[in-house]
Amino acid sequence: MAGRHPLGQLFLMRLRALWREPSAIFWVFIFPMLLSIVLGLAFRNQTLSKLNVAVVDGPGRAAVVDALASTPGLQTQVLPLPEARRALSRGKVALVVVAGAPPRLLVDPGVPEGRTARLLAVNTLQRMAGRTDAVVLQEEHVTTPGGRYIDFLIPGLLGFGLMSSSVWGLGWGLVQMRQGKLLKRLVATPMRKADLLASFILSRLAIALVETAFFLGFSRLIFDVRVAGSLPAFFLVAAAGALSFGGLGLLVASRAQNSETAGGLMNLATLPMMVLSGVFFAASLFPAWMQPLIKALPLTAVIDGLRAISIDGTSVFSLGGPLLVLAAWGAGTFLLALRLFRWT
Amino acid sequence: MAEPAISVDGLVKRFEDVVAVDGVSFSVPAGTCLGLLGPNGAGKTTTVEILEGLQQATAGTVRVLGQLWAEAGERLRARIGICLQETRFYEKLTVQETVALFRSFYPSGIEVEDAIRLVALEEKRGARVGKLSGGQRQRLALAVALVGDPEVLFLDEPTTGLDPASRRGLWDVIEALKARGRTVILTTHYMEEAERLCDQVVIVDHGKVVARGTPAELVASFGGAQVIEFEARPMLADDACRALPGCSEVKRHNGTVQLHVRGLPETLPALLRTAEAAGATLLQLSTHAPTLDDVFLHLTGRSLRDEES
Repeated sequence: MAGRHPLGQLFLMRLRALWREPSAIFWVFIFPMLLSIVLGLAFRNQTLSKLNVAVVDGPGRAAVVDALASTPGLQTQVLPLPEARRALSRGKVALVVVAGAPPRLLVDPGVPEGRTARLLAVNTLQRMAGRTDAVVLQEEHVTTPGGRYIDFLIPGLLGFGLMSSSVWGLGWGLVQMRQGKLLKRLVATPMRKADLLASFILSRLAIALVETAFFLGFSRLIFDVRVAGSLPAFFLVAAAGALSFGGLGLLVASRAQNSETAGGLMNLATLPMMVLSGVFFAASLFPAWMQPLIKALPLTAVIDGLRAISIDGTSVFSLGGPLLVLAAWGAGTFLLALRLFRWT
Repeated sequence: MAEPAISVDGLVKRFEDVVAVDGVSFSVPAGTCLGLLGPNGAGKTTTVEILEGLQQATAGTVRVLGQLWAEAGERLRARIGICLQETRFYEKLTVQETVALFRSFYPSGIEVEDAIRLVALEEKRGARVGKLSGGQRQRLALAVALVGDPEVLFLDEPTTGLDPASRRGLWDVIEALKARGRTVILTTHYMEEAERLCDQVVIVDHGKVVARGTPAELVASFGGAQVIEFEARPMLADDACRALPGCSEVKRHNGTVQLHVRGLPETLPALLRTAEAAGATLLQLSTHAPTLDDVFLHLTGRSLRDEES
């Protein structure tokens, strides 16, 4: 029981406002879970399907078809040339082999399947023509833990969830209080302003930790996602992220007079990061000149940190870069917000 | 004489290009109720917010309980209670939780349950704020203002928008407070409210004090023992009205003519004769003893009732 301590009462006020708001519970807990289930199902790891190769009639067709059909990973069909070209352009076949001496290959090297099919077919056709392997390579087939898309996705969604709940939870709460003149009413009491601020920060931390535990719980139960590194380190990065985004939320809400303005500012602050910071796909896909910018975003820092601990088991002591980015954003936005903040 | 609970001297508040408060002075003896009256935009709320320490004066001196906000801000906040014109408390908290939250800010005060009982919200103590009616929310705001057991209570239009029963309920609470020696500063549109609660009334318009005194003094100073209101078709000319015996003033307001007269026996028969002579039909005719509302109309050219719409 928080009794008469103002900080305790303010902290309870924040938590009650969340627990008693069904839509907040939905967005913080249920929505990310549904999203990860849907995406996890859509991108579950499948065994690689065979690549289709069309063979066009010509001298030695039967031998070519036999050789390609017995190549692991390929399956063949015989088509007239115009149809084979059409199938290639529609992606129905990855490669067209025109039988002859020598055989001719039609392939789009820009398509991953085409490239793979070409490598496999070239190997087979060369051997058929008498090439011998200089060395027999040894292979070991392994499955790496943490290599699935869902293992990649869960830290990304958690980072995104922490950003959304911090910016919206804190920012929205403050703007509502300003709009309803509750902030004005509070500063007219002997309440210490630091207590109000601390209650926002502490409730944000508490909710972030529960949110992180919930993510770890459901992803373990549903998808068997495991954290390779240390759990305390994982929680530490999540908490650092929540605090850093809290500063951003505070900044966005420091002046906004109504929910419409605040909502626009929050989208402006969060949507670019949702796209750039690698929530759903690796941020390294963006061109090299964008990388320094992307690395400097707080969401990238959180997600990189969480993924490093979760997938690679990286020690928190090797995560100085991302933690520094979070600290800089947190301190910068927080100080600026305090300068700009309006109670009315 | 004891030090007044509030003293305001030459208060000026200037916003960029508007002078909201223009040299207002008054003082409020401890244990009394002062009513600040005026049309919307007259500077009432700005004045009260400066007294509450929520805004800073451009010029002039404000002392609350003998102290200046700049010097004793934190200590003063613990000794005053405030009911803003409208405060939306957290809708998801209950009445009890909201009052307990505010109680926690004050070093001393009354029990949460007592504050709830004072405003007669016991039955709603476990109800969420979002489920309360307008009157119940105003009573909650009052409970929140009372929970620190303030020596000075500021009420900015505490009963605006309430039904008559809720309004009278709030008046009872405020009268009980006055009986306990608390000082109350009240802004209101409602004349009945000011006449019932206020020991002293200050009427402000365009940022300046236009009249002050007890409600009875103000009504007496207004001149004229009676007010006649009438509508006629065709309307009588102002000059004809002014020529009536015992008539001291003629005002027109929304198609109604208002005459301030010494006595009805002197003026009323003359009015009827004049109307007949002019071939006019009286559509409506009424008389009443002057009220603060008449004083207000007289001073500002606006009726307080117009402000409610």
